[in-house]
Amino acid sequence: MNPIDNKSPAACSSEIDASLRVPLLALFGGAALWLVVGLVFGLLAGIKFHAPDFLGACPLMTYGRLAPAANDAVLYGFAIPAALGVILWILSRLSGMPVALPIVPVVAANIWNLGVLVGTVGILIGESTGYPWLEYPRAAAVLLFAAFLLIAVSAAATFGWRRQRELFPAHWFLFAALLWFPWIYSSANLFLTAVHVPRGMVQAVIDWWFGNNLLFVWLSLAGIGIAFYFLPKIGGRPLASSGYALFGFLTLMFFGSWVGIPVGAPVPAWLPTVSSVAAMLSIPAVIAIVIVGLRTACGAKAVCRGGPFCFMWFGLVSFFLGSILYLITGCPHFGHLVQFTWYGVGQTQLTLLGFFVMVVLGGIYEILSNTTGLELPFPKLGKAHFYLAMLGVLLYAVPLLIGGVEQGIRLQNPAVPFADANTAALLWLRISSTGQLLLILGSLLLALNIFVMTIKWKIALGKSLFAAVTAPLPVTEVKA
Amino acid sequence: MKTGIGVFIAAFAALGASWAGFVLAPALQLGGTKVTTVLNSTDAYPVQRPGEAALGLQVYRANGCAACHTQQVQQDGTSFEVVLTGAGKDPVSVSNLAAGLKLTGLTKEAADAAAKSLADAGGKTETHLSGTGADISRGWGSRHSVAVDFLYDAPVQPGSLRAGPDLTNIGARAADANWQLVHLYAPRAIVKDSTMPSFAYLFEVRPATGSAEALKLPAGFAAPAGSEVVPTPAAKQLAAYLLSLHADAPLYEAPYSQLAKP
Repeated sequence: MNPIDNKSPAACSSEIDASLRVPLLALFGGAALWLVVGLVFGLLAGIKFHAPDFLGACPLMTYGRLAPAANDAVLYGFAIPAALGVILWILSRLSGMPVALPIVPVVAANIWNLGVLVGTVGILIGESTGYPWLEYPRAAAVLLFAAFLLIAVSAAATFGWRRQRELFPAHWFLFAALLWFPWIYSSANLFLTAVHVPRGMVQAVIDWWFGNNLLFVWLSLAGIGIAFYFLPKIGGRPLASSGYALFGFLTLMFFGSWVGIPVGAPVPAWLPTVSSVAAMLSIPAVIAIVIVGLRTACGAKAVCRGGPFCFMWFGLVSFFLGSILYLITGCPHFGHLVQFTWYGVGQTQLTLLGFFVMVVLGGIYEILSNTTGLELPFPKLGKAHFYLAMLGVLLYAVPLLIGGVEQGIRLQNPAVPFADANTAALLWLRISSTGQLLLILGSLLLALNIFVMTIKWKIALGKSLFAAVTAPLPVTEVKA
Repeated sequence: MKTGIGVFIAAFAALGASWAGFVLAPALQLGGTKVTTVLNSTDAYPVQRPGEAALGLQVYRANGCAACHTQQVQQDGTSFEVVLTGAGKDPVSVSNLAAGLKLTGLTKEAADAAAKSLADAGGKTETHLSGTGADISRGWGSRHSVAVDFLYDAPVQPGSLRAGPDLTNIGARAADANWQLVHLYAPRAIVKDSTMPSFAYLFEVRPATGSAEALKLPAGFAAPAGSEVVPTPAAKQLAAYLLSLHADAPLYEAPYSQLAKP
């Protein structure tokens, strides 16, 4: 506690925003591009179930490569870097400080995008590691890890040099997220992509641990941290019941991190049993977090109308549904039913696209015009993005969930031939492809807004540079 | 949670505990898994895949086959069956007794009781154990998959979605290399409504040389006249891997006894 810090006035918000202009445009611009790429890959992969020979002659475009490349491009290409940008902005604002070491996140954004590029190309040419959600080859993983650490350092320095001492619930979630990712990502990669991988099913257990800690715990920590900052800010009222928030935070971390080993996995029975118990114990965490969010959002004066508040709202609802649908697969009976079906895919996409991506998009739309000092070029398209994304997520995830349960019921009945169980899911897959199309349209609107904004900002920058260079020298600097 | 340090310690403790439980402990417990033996036998299990098949595992990985195929047979429970193997001194009464008893789909206790009553009447019996469940009824395996099945695989690819059938025992269910290759080249030539993509890029279409390796394709899928379809090394390795998938030996932790074929 440095007394001098308390006396120095907090930086004004425009100064903070200006310090983040370049880092955020670098992070958001790359992310918007990867979102389009990931969703397009996902649609191409989905089409293959209706026309299996579509693009079949090209090994790069075979389903088994496209599908993981699509998932990873959305998760590693968009969700994580875009969230990191929003997190940097939140921590700077809460600290009352311009971002520390602003060049670091710019460098990190470029390393990160290079890593995603290497990883995506790696999967497409057949260099995937073969572990779900950890498919990127080692070279890409090293780049992603280094880039994340750089951004975490910048975030930690911003927090360390803060001028406002108060610690908010958003802080808890975001700090934990910054610690969580480097640990799980390095640990999983050190075990699984090293020269001597552990024998047999240990690999799968570590991968399940990693997948759960990334897709459930990390997404919850980062997404809820962001929502717990923006809901009060946009709503103009403080976060409700921070006691519930603390309970949710601690139980999510302590129990949520033990979920993830599927029931009936071919491993010693204690592993899935512990996961099932942890899943049940995590349900109160989800409920507590949602109560805090709803109490804060309901009765707030903000109006929705397709703006950032809508994104947060929809994200909160999807967080609740996606998390509960995930945790109830820890019930042995239900878990067995849906284990190998499209249900898991639908649930993952509901959490990833419906909750996390929506919350991050809300954050981006809220801060984009602040940081560039420019108005959003097409504000109506930003609002249209919300409706497209909402409809897209519902049409994408819900049919997969229903179709998955139907497929599961048929798979459990040996009298039904396997082909029939598969056919039952195809109709639902067709609807979900429509959802993917809407999501692509929405992501194009975001990309358009960000790129036009970047170009406008660069033109303005160029003009001011040009003006500075061509301006007549002040008389005082002219040598006699 | 008044200070950054407090949050840090809580997060560190939470993640550290789960890391110790789900990374360290399995690495110590499962990482020491050793080769075991087939039940009531001295045969080692599992055996290393032959070289070609071990290379095929990497083709399976590179093409993401595990995106649609699992290699995990699930089992709901067990069921016992009592088989009369000898009728003893009084065949008529023993077989009458056997006809009146329920001898299949029994629990352990019921099977023991039935065996005892037949033995008391002078008959000889064998009791057989088999797994039950939808996967086993579909013929995908005789028992549930266990950790040791995956001992030699890196990466292990248990899969999480059954957009295609389970492959745990595909090497036993379709033990013909030409079938495997034709199915990879033109899935719909074998399964009419299959949604599996064709892996034609693992094959070469070339002017016919009458090679013994050329695929025997059904009409409608055959190569243009004067040419033939031959597998590349990657296709042969993948087929060899698929033929090596046969994780069905009875083990101590997953026992079953083969019933004599009627």
